[in-house]
Amino acid sequence: MLRRRHLLAATTGLLAAPAILRAQTVEKLTFYYPVAVGGPLAQIMDGYCKAFHDETGIAVEAVYAGDYSQALIKATTALKGGAGPQFAVLLAAEMHSLQDQDILVSLDEIGLDAEGKRWLDGFYPAFLANSHAEGKTWSVPFQRSTAIFYYDKAAFSEAGLDPARFPTTWAELVTAAGKLTKRDASGKVTRWGIKMASDLGNAQWTFGALANQVDHRLMNEAGTRVFFDDPKAIEAMAFWRGLSAEHHVTPEGISAWAQLSPDFLEGNTAIIQHTTGNLTNVRDKARFPFGVAGLAGKAAPRTVVGGGNIYFFRNASPAERQAALRFARWVTAPDRAADWSIRTGYIATSPAAYETPALKAYVEKFPEANVARTFLPVATGELSTYENQRVYKALTDNIQACLNGAKTPKQAMQEAQAESDRILRRYQKA
Amino acid sequence: MDATVTKGAGEATAPMSPPPLAGGGRGAGAMRGDAPPAPSPITPPPQPSPARGEGVASRSPHAREGVLRASLAAWGLVLPSLVLLVAFTHWPAVETLWDSLHATPRGSRPAAFVGLDNYRALLDDPVFLRALWNNTIYAAVTIPASVILALVMALAVNRTMPGRAVLRMAYFLPTMLPMIAVANIWLFFYTPDYGLFDQVLSLFGLGRHNWLGDAATALPAIIAVTVWKEAGFFMIFYLAALQTMPPDLHEAASLDGTPRFMFFRRVTLPLLMPTTLFVLVNAVVNAFRMIDHVVVMTRGGPDNATTLLLYYIYETGFRFWDTATAATLTVVLLAILASLAVLQFGVFGRRVHYR
Repeated sequence: MLRRRHLLAATTGLLAAPAILRAQTVEKLTFYYPVAVGGPLAQIMDGYCKAFHDETGIAVEAVYAGDYSQALIKATTALKGGAGPQFAVLLAAEMHSLQDQDILVSLDEIGLDAEGKRWLDGFYPAFLANSHAEGKTWSVPFQRSTAIFYYDKAAFSEAGLDPARFPTTWAELVTAAGKLTKRDASGKVTRWGIKMASDLGNAQWTFGALANQVDHRLMNEAGTRVFFDDPKAIEAMAFWRGLSAEHHVTPEGISAWAQLSPDFLEGNTAIIQHTTGNLTNVRDKARFPFGVAGLAGKAAPRTVVGGGNIYFFRNASPAERQAALRFARWVTAPDRAADWSIRTGYIATSPAAYETPALKAYVEKFPEANVARTFLPVATGELSTYENQRVYKALTDNIQACLNGAKTPKQAMQEAQAESDRILRRYQKA
Repeated sequence: MDATVTKGAGEATAPMSPPPLAGGGRGAGAMRGDAPPAPSPITPPPQPSPARGEGVASRSPHAREGVLRASLAAWGLVLPSLVLLVAFTHWPAVETLWDSLHATPRGSRPAAFVGLDNYRALLDDPVFLRALWNNTIYAAVTIPASVILALVMALAVNRTMPGRAVLRMAYFLPTMLPMIAVANIWLFFYTPDYGLFDQVLSLFGLGRHNWLGDAATALPAIIAVTVWKEAGFFMIFYLAALQTMPPDLHEAASLDGTPRFMFFRRVTLPLLMPTTLFVLVNAVVNAFRMIDHVVVMTRGGPDNATTLLLYYIYETGFRFWDTATAATLTVVLLAILASLAVLQFGVFGRRVHYR
């Protein structure tokens, strides 16, 4: 028995030898990344990969994989099929789910030297909130954002509102949106006051911000419980529903994420709730003066963080993991983080990036680029649980039913809670 | 899917000679992949193999060797397609059935046998019931609508008239575009306020419509895209059938002074029945198979108003990684398709006249 095991170990070693040899000289890495906003993000990414190749000799192939949920499906499918990328940018909030599927390798396991630990400590703590579990670090902040309002300053002036002062409370927001909603003689709306995304994959993000606006957190730190049927969550839902049902400042039914930017740029909507990552795109395309503001809250501004982190996968060889980590460190270095922030609008992930001359000069010239960052202290983490996509769907289905008038806010939240409890029961026992 | 339909058809039809011989002799010909062979009074009955007849009559060792050689050759001929069919159709189907009787494996925990639990859970799953209902409506509308529209379009362009080629081309265009592209174009059509439909409707003083964002209009909107895409494809088959129709029938009818509608009902329509059966089979399969536009346009929303069975399978399998439930759903889908195929060939097949 013992001998056979030795023999087995020896053969495995022999069989694995070519892999080890190959792994020692990593020449090529593949990673998946999503694009959730407009603008030439793919070109910027390719530029980074080329620069990294010139510097290190390691070719990194960046595979554009759709939006966040498509990228997640593609990466997990490929990995479960035994192939797939060595690392990927995926929704920061997917940590619990990905870890549960046993496909991640933690940064601690890849190995961080003292300098590496210092690098990790350099990120904004808010962006690392979705990275820690079981005392380990599972992802690196990359394209991070908060939800913000984009507003049409021309429309503000036209409606008799001060373009320099954006509402900070729900009551003020509803009043302003009411004035901004424009109707023609027949009563048909020609401009909506406000729009927020309520399609699958985005509704939960919008709702996370609304819940935080009544100082309510939707889940526990461990990602095993959700608090949807809390009176505060119901209040947040009622506010959202009220925007269309009661105040008529947003359209009935569902508004899709992908439609928000075009709606805003076309002058169809005066205020949209979107990601900071869209800032450069809006700046380049808006034909009217626009402003950026933190989200209003019930009493004071509150928002939610979002965006993608870099995850490393277990299927990569040790050398590939090292190379992937090297790329992650390279691409999040202050200079590059500053460049990424300037060219997209995403918040640079470390305070050091804001000390670079490039970003300092940019913020000076274009103060809107700094707005989102100043709201980090009032931002909550994105909804993140085990079986994340399932919980997202349970919540989104009920939000949509409520926005369509099929369920009351209370009904919708109670049913979302019941369904999520059913999904998460398995994890609550442990 | 195709193979399932074929298999279902085989079960429903009259007994044939041993599968390998029948498959190699008849199925591999012109009919393969098109309309599966259906029973009809005109179709010649399967011929008993001469080799076998001889083998039964005289049992000499020499004859037995002949039988052996003949069946070896038959199996040899069938083998390539048999291997492909088993590897890519039958084996996965059996494995799906097997998986549907087990729980989803999680991490280190292997899949445990749970019997029919997954099926019982489906009955309590409101999203599944919703998807089933949606798919029923989707099929009940898209199938007749696209088939009738196809027939009307084919009749319209089966005449000599100016611009006929352009019109045919226009009708067929949707078929040539990939569904993903089609869905993105229609996404613009459906955009509230400044999308094509709302712009046109506003000319008549009609207000805005949140076509895809309203639970009441989302499924009809998806159905419209499907009919638009499918009708042109089916039209081609009808057009081909109309072109092969002998003109003397029409001449004879006009000599008799038969009204045009009577001619259509008594002559054209019956002669188009084989084409109709083929088109119907395709339409049914597509009603359960085409979900690309759902992925692009609504992702099953709002609140599952556009969740179709196959989309729900995709979501359960690849978004949630609940492989056991996905397998169970797949078995249900296969069962539905198989029974629909049996129904079609059993009921319609008998009314179809092949020339």
